[in-house]
Parts: sequence; structure tokens; C-alpha cells
Amino acid sequence: MTTVWISDDAAALACGANAVAAAFAKAGCTVERVSSWGMHWLEPLAEIEGQGFGPLTSEDVAAVLAGTSDKAIGPIAEHPFIARQQRFTFARAGKTRPLSLEDYAATGGWAGLKRARELGPDATIAEVTQSGLRGRGGAGFPAGIKWTTVAKAAGPVKYIVCNADEGDSATFADRMVMEGDPFMLIEGMAIAGHAVGAGKGYIYVRSEYPHAIAKLQAAIALAVPYIAPFEVEVRVGAGAYVCGEETSLLNSLEGKRGEVRAKPPLPALEGLFGKPTVVNNVLTLAAVPWILANGGAAYADVGFGRSRGTMPIQLAGNIKHGGLYEVGFGITLGELVNDIGGGTATGRPVRAVQVGGPLGAYHPPADYALHFDYECFAEAEGLIGHAGLTVFDDTADMSAQARFAMSFCAAESCGKCTPCRIGSTRGVELIDRIRARSGRAADKVETLPQMHNARKAPRTLTEDVNLLEDLCETMKFGSLCALGGFTPYPVLSALKHWPEDFGMAVPDQEAAE
Amino acid sequence: MTDQDELDAILAGHTGREGALLPILHDVQAAFGHVSEDAIRRIAHALNLTRAEVHGVVSFYHDFREAPESRPVLKLCRAESCQARGVEAMVAALPDNPRVAVETVYCLGLCSVGPAAMIGHEVHGRLDAARLGALVESLA
Repeated sequence: MTTVWISDDAAALACGANAVAAAFAKAGCTVERVSSWGMHWLEPLAEIEGQGFGPLTSEDVAAVLAGTSDKAIGPIAEHPFIARQQRFTFARAGKTRPLSLEDYAATGGWAGLKRARELGPDATIAEVTQSGLRGRGGAGFPAGIKWTTVAKAAGPVKYIVCNADEGDSATFADRMVMEGDPFMLIEGMAIAGHAVGAGKGYIYVRSEYPHAIAKLQAAIALAVPYIAPFEVEVRVGAGAYVCGEETSLLNSLEGKRGEVRAKPPLPALEGLFGKPTVVNNVLTLAAVPWILANGGAAYADVGFGRSRGTMPIQLAGNIKHGGLYEVGFGITLGELVNDIGGGTATGRPVRAVQVGGPLGAYHPPADYALHFDYECFAEAEGLIGHAGLTVFDDTADMSAQARFAMSFCAAESCGKCTPCRIGSTRGVELIDRIRARSGRAADKVETLPQMHNARKAPRTLTEDVNLLEDLCETMKFGSLCALGGFTPYPVLSALKHWPEDFGMAVPDQEAAE
Repeated sequence: MTDQDELDAILAGHTGREGALLPILHDVQAAFGHVSEDAIRRIAHALNLTRAEVHGVVSFYHDFREAPESRPVLKLCRAESCQARGVEAMVAALPDNPRVAVETVYCLGLCSVGPAAMIGHEVHGRLDAARLGALVESLA
């Protein structure tokens, strides 16, 4: 009997994988539901004896089984999209059944935790420090230093908190780990707990990921004997983007409004319920079992500059070959968009690539030489964030995207600090005026006789643009967290690279240089 | 079982749990479709919080409703990746259907196969105007 492997990742389900699986089962095949390879443009992708077929509909099933399907893509593992990757975190992607302990153990599962227990806490942290692993949530803070701080903090009760509130558009790597390889995340958390002396871990998952929540809960129940005495519990968010910020996540876990806390105190010293807490992203914790099993040095061998190891990069938006691409840091933006992503899905020229989610800058094709590395992107007034790329074709209106960034911030602001709460709303109004080229006349209050110092002349477009830049400056340096602090990145980058969309003259290239 | 018994059962199920408020609110929202004034009062009493504190939490999070939504709900992602794939034009072309609530969410994590929507726990990707229209119609 033919065995067919089909993913049950949400991206595959959204493309109709269940119907295809049912059609194979009806045709007498044994269907195994596995994790996704990450080639999402080929989903639903079926694998039969290593050969891939996709994207399939139930009508294609007969042709696939007869060997006459024109959707054959050859051996999946040798597909250029897969063969060029360096998969550490996603080594099992497409190859194992997510909730099979047998598959997990057969592919090196639990080896990291076993080695950590042999090494002891201090040497475990030393291994993570040596790997150069930096926080994959966006801030890029060295995981080893964070763990050391928590390990040295006093007190019998400590926590491991996994930040799985993956709210950035263009990011889905956390979801793929949770749905495709949940035991790896649980193992990573158990290693962290062992290293810093924490007995309890929470995974804070956003409510928009029901499939991930179900898989994690099932996996945790199965993993209990492997990770004991460490305990893991899933907590579900409630639709607040800002809860992806670590301190607001902690407040949310405590049952409070998801408002940001001022730092210090650092969560590493006073985190969940005031106890020392490691807050790490899913990808950070998921990288740990590999590091322990293969050694920190092997992980640090890959990478670029101060960014060591691999990054699961997510290719999304208007891109031909969207999906998950894990590779060592240092690959260029142009390679990702053109060579790997295949350009836009619509076939039109690329206008902008937003890197790092809604708080990341928009990059023009002129930035294609940028290396994927925390420092390189910071120098280019951008950020890699959670490594999501959204590609836009030449129909994109960049002032509309800048407006969206401000309106998103206004909708999702927790309201704790003024620059973010009020600044974002003023930003939307300002960009609306700029887009309408309306300028601004003095309002009722400004025309009162008492307001003799208030300006009466209408504001010009240039003055509105200057005001927008000024507002962004205030938000960037005056906000408590990255939501208000980074919203200026998409706004200012759109303004800088596409001034024509704001009604401004394009600066003369030669004069600028 | 009356509503009151059901709420008591939910509260009893979370006794002694660390940071129990969000899990309780999720259960209440799932059981009753919203978190009523009465539920807020009783949750506050059970957790030794003020009603203002519980109300503050309920109103902070998008998932908790203060009034029930009787219509079927389609959650449509309108974040950047789905915008890049044309979701805004689809929304503009979507005929108004008073019997279905089309709600905006920011990101379902299906950014490589957008525009995407979710109905209950069922996900739909690669939508175009026609498929979105058909999904909305199927709910009406």
C-alpha cells in the first residue's frame, strides 16, 4: 500500500490539505500527517517515497497515483529551495509526525536535554553562551547572558516564559515550530529550566493560532515523563499585539491588562509574579536542543559578524516562492527576494520589501546588497526583527503603507506612554493631510483672540512632512517599548525612499551625493 | 445547568491557579459568547479583585466581547503581507452582508499563502474576491 505524507500545518490546511489527504485515503493510500517542509507555494504538497507533488487539489490525486501528474517536483530533499538551506531548528520539517514521540526520538530528540543534564547547569549555560545565540524575537539580546542573570538571581522560584505571541505580519516560523515540532520547543524550555533553576515554564501563545495551541497541549501531555520535574503550561493570549512585548506579556500572564512595564527592573531579575524569569522567543528556545546536542561551537561556526548560527527567514507577501528558509546569517536581501523567493507572485517589479514585520523598515531594491545580520540592518536604519520579509510589487502606495503603520500602532498601543498612544493617532491625521495635500489651516482654538502667539497661516506640505519627521523622532526616543519606538521605521523609510508618494519632490541623486 | 452554575463551574475549575484571570475570561467568552456585567462582578468576587480591574482587562483585549455577536464571524487578515497580496481591494469589492460579521485581524500567520481568513478554527488561504465572497455567502 502506498504511504502518502501530507502536512497538517495551518498553511497547508488553509490551502486545502485535508481534502487532498481525504482523497488519497479514499484511493486506498495510507496517509501520514507530517510537518511542513516550508515550501508554502507548493502546499498542499504530497510526498510519496521521497518524491514531491504540489500544489495539489483532490482532482490531482488519481494522476499522482498513476504516475502521470504534471505537478511532480522530483525528490523533495533535493529541491533547490531545500537543498540550499542550513536547517538546524527546522531539521525535522517535513520529515516527522509532529506528535510522534517515536519520530522525535529517532531524529535526535531529547539528546540536548540528556547532555544538559550530564553537563550540569553552569556548563549548559556556557554552551549556550559559546553558541552566540541571540534572542530571535527581534531584540537580538544574547541568550547566554540573559540565562546567566537569571541563574545568578536569588530566590527559589524562577520561571521560563516562552514568547509565542507571534503577531508580526510576515512571520510564521514560531507557528511552524509549535505545529510541526512541538517537542523541540518543550525540550528547549526544559533545558533552560535546568540551566537557570526554574521549575515551571509558560508558553504564551496568541489566540489566532488555534492549531498551534492544540498541538502544544497534546505534546506537553506526552512529554511530561521526559521533562519532569520541569512543568510546562500553555497560556492563550487574547488578541493584543502589544503582548508580544516581553513585559506586557508578563502582565498578561499575571492576568492583568497587557500594559508595558518600565525597565528596570529587568524581567530576568523581577519578571513573572516578581520572580526571576527567562523570557525567550520560540525560535530562541527551539535552537537550544540543537546547540546542546551538537555543541555551541558548531552553532557559532555558522553566521556573519556578531550574528551567529542560523535564522529561519520567512518569505511572505507578494512573493513567488513564499515559505520558510533557514540559513546562516549573512545572506543578502537580494538573494532572498530574487534567487530564493523568485521575485513577486504577480510578476511585476518589486517596489519595496518590509523586513521585520509591521515595525520594520521598507527597503527599496537599492538595499539588495544588505547582509542579513542584526548590525547591518541597524546601520541601514532598519531591523531584522523576527526575520519576516513582506514583498510589495510596484502597485504599492508607500504613503498608504506609512499611514497603516501609524494606524496599526494606534489600534494596538497599550496606552501606557504618551508618544505611542497619542503620537500614533496624530501621525495618522498628519499622513492623511499629507496624502490629501491639504495643508492645515488654523483651528478654532488657534484663531481665538487670546491665542495671539498661535500661528494663523496654513501649514504647507513641506511643513507637515517636517512635522511628521519630528513626531517620529519623539515616538522613537520617547516610547517605552518597541511598538511606539519602532513604528517610525516603516514611516520614515517610506518617506525617505519614496518621497514622491507623499507629494514631495524626488531629491536629485547627484546633488544628494 | 443554568448560566450561573456554569460560571461557578468555570471559576471552580481555576481555583488556586496562578494568573487565572485570562484563562477564566477565555472560558467565559467561549461558554457565553461574551463577558457580561454580571460575570465581571462574580469573577471579581472570586479572584478578590475590583470590578474595575476585571473590566479593565476585559476591555483591553480584542478577544473579549462585552456584548454577544449573534452572527457568524469571519476573521479576515488585513496585515501587511495580505495587503501586499491585494486584500484591501477585495474588502472594497466585498458586498455588504448584514447576516455575517466580517472582522479584521492582524495576522493569522498565513502570510505566505494570503490573503487569509479564519472561520472558527478553520483556515482559508489564497483568497481572491470571488472566494472571499463565496465564504461570506456560505455563512449567511
